[in-house]
Amino acid sequence: MQKNKFIIGGVLILAAVVYLIASSTQASAEYFMTVDELKAEGPAALNKSLRLSGAVLGDTIQYDASTLTLTFEIAHVPGDNAEIEAQGGLAVVLHEAVSDPSRARIKVVYEGVMPDLLRNEAQAIMTGKLGEDGVFHAEELLLKCPTKYEEAVPDQSASN
Amino acid sequence: MLPEFGYGVLLVSFIVTVYSGFAAWYGVRNGSASLVESARRAQLLTFPLISISAAVLIYLLVNNHFEVSFVYEVTSQSMPTYLKVTAWWGGQAGSLLFWAWLLAMFTSAVTIRKWDRDLEFLPWVIVVSSITLAFFVGMVVFYENPFTRFWDVGGQVVPSLFAPSASATVFTPQDGQGLNPLLRHPGMVIHPPMLYLGFVSFVIPYAFAMAALITGRTDDRWIRITRRWTLWAWLFLSMGLVLGGRWAYDVLGWGGYWGWDPVEIAAFMPWLTGTAFLHSVMIQEKRGLLKHWNMILVILTYSLVVFGTFLTRSGVLSSVHAFANSPIGPMFMAFVSLTLISSVALLIKRWPELKSETEMKSMLSREALFLFNNLLFMGILVVCFWGVISPLASELFTGTKITVGPPYYERATGPLFAGLLFLMAIAPLSAWGHSTVQTLGRALWKSALLASILTVVLVFTYTKNVYALIGFFLIAFVLSATVHEFWRGANARMKAQNENFFTSLGRLMGRNRRRYGGYIIHISMALMAIGILGIEIFQKETQGTIAAGESLELGEYRVEYRELASWDDFGAGVNYTRSVVDIYENGVFIGQLFPRIDYYYDSQQNMTIPGQHATLRDDLYILLVDWQPVSSQGATFKIYVNPLVNWLWIGSLTFLLGLIFAAWPDKDPADEPIRRKVGVVNRQTSAAD
Repeated sequence: MQKNKFIIGGVLILAAVVYLIASSTQASAEYFMTVDELKAEGPAALNKSLRLSGAVLGDTIQYDASTLTLTFEIAHVPGDNAEIEAQGGLAVVLHEAVSDPSRARIKVVYEGVMPDLLRNEAQAIMTGKLGEDGVFHAEELLLKCPTKYEEAVPDQSASN
Repeated sequence: MLPEFGYGVLLVSFIVTVYSGFAAWYGVRNGSASLVESARRAQLLTFPLISISAAVLIYLLVNNHFEVSFVYEVTSQSMPTYLKVTAWWGGQAGSLLFWAWLLAMFTSAVTIRKWDRDLEFLPWVIVVSSITLAFFVGMVVFYENPFTRFWDVGGQVVPSLFAPSASATVFTPQDGQGLNPLLRHPGMVIHPPMLYLGFVSFVIPYAFAMAALITGRTDDRWIRITRRWTLWAWLFLSMGLVLGGRWAYDVLGWGGYWGWDPVEIAAFMPWLTGTAFLHSVMIQEKRGLLKHWNMILVILTYSLVVFGTFLTRSGVLSSVHAFANSPIGPMFMAFVSLTLISSVALLIKRWPELKSETEMKSMLSREALFLFNNLLFMGILVVCFWGVISPLASELFTGTKITVGPPYYERATGPLFAGLLFLMAIAPLSAWGHSTVQTLGRALWKSALLASILTVVLVFTYTKNVYALIGFFLIAFVLSATVHEFWRGANARMKAQNENFFTSLGRLMGRNRRRYGGYIIHISMALMAIGILGIEIFQKETQGTIAAGESLELGEYRVEYRELASWDDFGAGVNYTRSVVDIYENGVFIGQLFPRIDYYYDSQQNMTIPGQHATLRDDLYILLVDWQPVSSQGATFKIYVNPLVNWLWIGSLTFLLGLIFAAWPDKDPADEPIRRKVGVVNRQTSAAD
């Protein structure tokens, strides 16, 4: 009898944990997507929390400091790290994405301070939602720049 | 010459480590005392050997030997010497070496001090820690060599330890890349070593636990021997986490201290199992219960420690902490899996011998509440683990990659943390063996009443947010119940011993250090919870671009932009841009703050230093985000008001005090009289004890 009480107590806690995990996952899940996938998804992607990444097109960056509204376009880059490595690393992939006019592109709107790292050929990683207007409304904006950090071997010309 | 020497010593220490583990195993299996002694000496040799190798690396770092690729990656000429030294753990190879160095030191400390007394366990402790040490040293020797140099092979720069061809010459870059400026903060200088100290010291209780399973001495002796190790490990790990939070708050400039980043969680997970372990070992010591559970917890903690090191090092998960991709990821995975499987196999073998000595009877007894506390910690662990692996798991099972952000963790762990607070309030007052609602009610109604009154007051004066009120009620309940417990204990002793109140309190606490240290830690947790609730629920923010003379308002504060200056410090390779703002509270001038941005030329990276005005009520936190060269054209600020957040830091300091109080050496717990006589065991005590 005593044992049963503890088993019931334990099962209750377990059930609570499972419920918390399941409901919280559902409430806050973000779907990783590339620009291609987002275009393919179409209207089904509306109202979903998305995590979108792409290469920033430098010419399209516009910033209105008085309203803190930032708009720019991004071009498709593969989402998979292994694929990026196979194509020659992040810097190469970003450069190709920006120079290739046939790549899928999407416009992004972000309200907030313009990040220092936002420039041509930076990788933008955003969370947000696709609007009815076809523009991606970013709530969070992270930027990655392939810097010399990632090169293990120094450039010889630098030493002379 | 020097890099070869450093590498040679490292290679020798790898061989010595492997020998030590093997000799200890073979010696104890075949009853060869001389072989075991030889293993011990070999083990004691590993620490000086790795120290020499580390000293070589530090020498190379401090003296700008940029031909060594590790030195090139983490230092630059403009860095001050102390940062060059601490760059040791600023990169992958160096931090693995640092890990190994600490482990060699701790294992040596164990084998030096009580060799004769703990002779039955120590050969196996050497085996277990040598396996771990061999893995880490092996990683450095074979995969992440910090002594690799650059070679010029016909115009091509190639990293290699030895000359790749006869004609190759050593290539020396003019300057290094420099340590990531974000890591050039005093907090960052001590945060990683603290965390590593915590990680590595958990290896010792694990090694003893495995020794207990192997030798079949399954009473609580291993727990007593390692009790203090566990406390210190927990202290370092906790301090590492808190320092990391403080560093993030001061440096990362997003107005927070904890972002549920995968790497933060990687360090948090062993803390969770470690905390559960600290609690449940008391049940084994006092009641002979939960023996299997303690073994599971210590095995899990060890695996999570190695897994955590792996997560921070592998680049599997994207994170601010991640280092570049590297081949050591699969190695770590294999090592974690192997040790986990073999530990669990050992545990299963000894499963029948670890039977509980009594039964748990009452749901409200102290031991039952400890068990629920453990289940809640495990629940939080599962939430965290699921969160970390969700991108990998969802891609595997559904094909789409799903990630969960901070809202997931906050939502899922919130109720579990609330449950822990509730237990923290009631468990210390429940009795061992048997408690009822009536006995608990009698002990707790005053505290509960006080907390309720306070909550009602808060409804009218501070907030109507239900979650915040539940939180504040629980915090007040913990604080009043714990303080009441101090008062009741001291009062009883005062009457019995005829002392004054403070003498009584002091002696009571001094004689029950672990217990009262633990209560101080409970109080500190409640204080930290105040800060966490404050920033999570009531944080306010605003941002805007203003010209000199204009101001931004947030809550009771007004921030007026005065001026801005930008200058270079070429020696340090930094450009400083410092703004000056006046702050007013309810219209009254209270001071000036200087939010600034430091730009590091060598790594082309910004570091944003906020201006902070801290009070117990809230923290005004101002970031300079952007500026125009002429101050009349304006600068952009982001402003946060973080209510109550300073209670988090006050709580952290209280925590440190409580833990030091509990862990301070007086008499060794291993020498305390054992709860029950355990037959057949021959306790040897050396004269030194």
